[in-house]
Amino acid sequence: MTTDDKREPVPAAGPTPAPPSPHAPLSSSSAPSSPSPHPDAVTCHALRYAFGETKAVDGVDLSVRTGEVFGLLGPNGAGKTTAIRCITTLLPVPPGMVRVFGHDAAKERMAVRRLLGYVPQQLSADAGLTGRENVELFARVFDVSRRERAARVTQALEAVGLTDAAGRLAKTYSGGMIRRLELAQALVSAPRLLMLDEPTIGLDPIARTSVWAHINAVRAATGMTVLVTTHYMDEADQYCDRVALMHHGRIRALGTPDELRAALRARRRAAHTSSPTATPAPSTPSAPSRSSDAAPTLEDVFRDVAGSGLDEQSGDFRDVRSTRRTANRVG
Amino acid sequence: MSEAPAAPRTESADTATTTGAGRLDLLLVPPRPRTGWRVLPARVVAMCMVELQKLRHDRTELYTRAVQPALWLLVFGETFTRIHAIPTGGTPYIDYLAPGIIAQSAMFIAIFYGIMIIWERDAGILTKLLVTPTPRSALIAGKAFAAGVKALIQAVVVIAIAALLGVAMTWNPLRLLGVVVAVVLGSAFFACLSMTIAGIVLTRDRLMGIGQAITMPLFFASNALYPVAIMPGWLQTVSKLNPLSYQVDALRGLLLGTQAHLALDYAVLVAAAALGIAAASSLLGRLAR
Repeated sequence: MTTDDKREPVPAAGPTPAPPSPHAPLSSSSAPSSPSPHPDAVTCHALRYAFGETKAVDGVDLSVRTGEVFGLLGPNGAGKTTAIRCITTLLPVPPGMVRVFGHDAAKERMAVRRLLGYVPQQLSADAGLTGRENVELFARVFDVSRRERAARVTQALEAVGLTDAAGRLAKTYSGGMIRRLELAQALVSAPRLLMLDEPTIGLDPIARTSVWAHINAVRAATGMTVLVTTHYMDEADQYCDRVALMHHGRIRALGTPDELRAALRARRRAAHTSSPTATPAPSTPSAPSRSSDAAPTLEDVFRDVAGSGLDEQSGDFRDVRSTRRTANRVG
Repeated sequence: MSEAPAAPRTESADTATTTGAGRLDLLLVPPRPRTGWRVLPARVVAMCMVELQKLRHDRTELYTRAVQPALWLLVFGETFTRIHAIPTGGTPYIDYLAPGIIAQSAMFIAIFYGIMIIWERDAGILTKLLVTPTPRSALIAGKAFAAGVKALIQAVVVIAIAALLGVAMTWNPLRLLGVVVAVVLGSAFFACLSMTIAGIVLTRDRLMGIGQAITMPLFFASNALYPVAIMPGWLQTVSKLNPLSYQVDALRGLLLGTQAHLALDYAVLVAAAALGIAAASSLLGRLAR
């Protein structure tokens, strides 16, 4: 968390060997304070944000390590998008709460924005422009010089496989293509941190896979850090190095998907041994038949750490409506 | 081309996974940031380019927006020229009216920008622009001058229509340059006015109502249709506060050679545009939430 000044270049060490597995039990918002030699890409310190009475984000401590794919998971209304919007400087936060590669999101907004590529939850490409023009706009507003602009835009479009469709108006694109176009828009400025808010929401499975394939290819080629929110637990499991499970504005668990599953297994086993008559985990109604040794999914972990009442509270009317709207535009 | 989205869709989805990240060398180097005063003109150019590109792809708006000013000149202008009801100081009424209609049609375009910015907010376009290294004032200024560019194209159309109707206007390039500046500044102000209201009311429905409510009064409470001198006292005061009056005064002076207070006109237009940009950018944060 205080890694701002430690910037020795260290060869990429992959997903950092994390603290021992049961580190992410119910103790919410426990920041991983393992002293990483990398400067952290994102550091949130007691991040709070309220819309009037509603505490959307309620004390989040979080470090995203440089080079990893970090997944912020949770149901609609968990506070994921609000947290993302605080990190992107869209929502005003007090100084000291959010740092991006050491830059304070409150005091050094422009510096933070130059490091970010942001893809919001809505399909945000301009339908009245061609794919190429959409990317060009972002090249312009990130001060790409005129000399370099055409080549850079071409590379960004190529990186997401839209070279052939670049001359078509974005309104003729499919949902998956628009997502990839947005990815190109974000990539054209060579960001160090790519922030994707529900990148695959409303997409069909093929398009989802394709979007992720491009995210991974670009990451492999550029080594950029990716912070992604999703409510698809399977995606997080498959593509994220580490995940944080968020519920009601707090982080309920944090670690690699394997760690989280192992922790749940351990908890279930503990519950088993202490009270052999009880069902493995009382708060996992979805998997009562499963033995405690069966590999639990991230969803099981989530149900376990979020407690009961999940189904009643997953997102208010507004969330659902905006999700539907996005889904509609995706077609 | 827009009719067959299905075929190319699958094709490029398939190639997507295989091509992946081929040559990405440029995407590894962050562009060198512009600093200081260079940021604002660069952003303004970026926004104006978007506007021109959109117009290039879809000119319908250009044609439909030409209808109303044409009708004003044709119906209202021709009729009132005949009945000599309005004291214009010797100029034919349709000549007197033409600069007013240029200003009016520019204003109608600009007033639409508040609705557009809310639409862009809902669509996520604005959100994304707000995460770029673009100060809010530069973003608003960009939008405001983009409105000016669009209004300028509209002004050319109206001038052409007026010329067809026999209005004798100047072709002096310096005066035309003055017209360009007046149209752009006026549109920038009205675009900012509507974006300011957008920042207050936050929803499209409310803004549409307010937009409808203010455009016509702004038009009528100005010297666009008739001289200020024939208005009742209170309306003269309103007209003096209305930047549209100064825009029309400048346009009339430049295009027709009537007596105008150009220095005052431009001073008011510049001040109004600056004030509008300041007000709209201070409220832009409300739209970002």
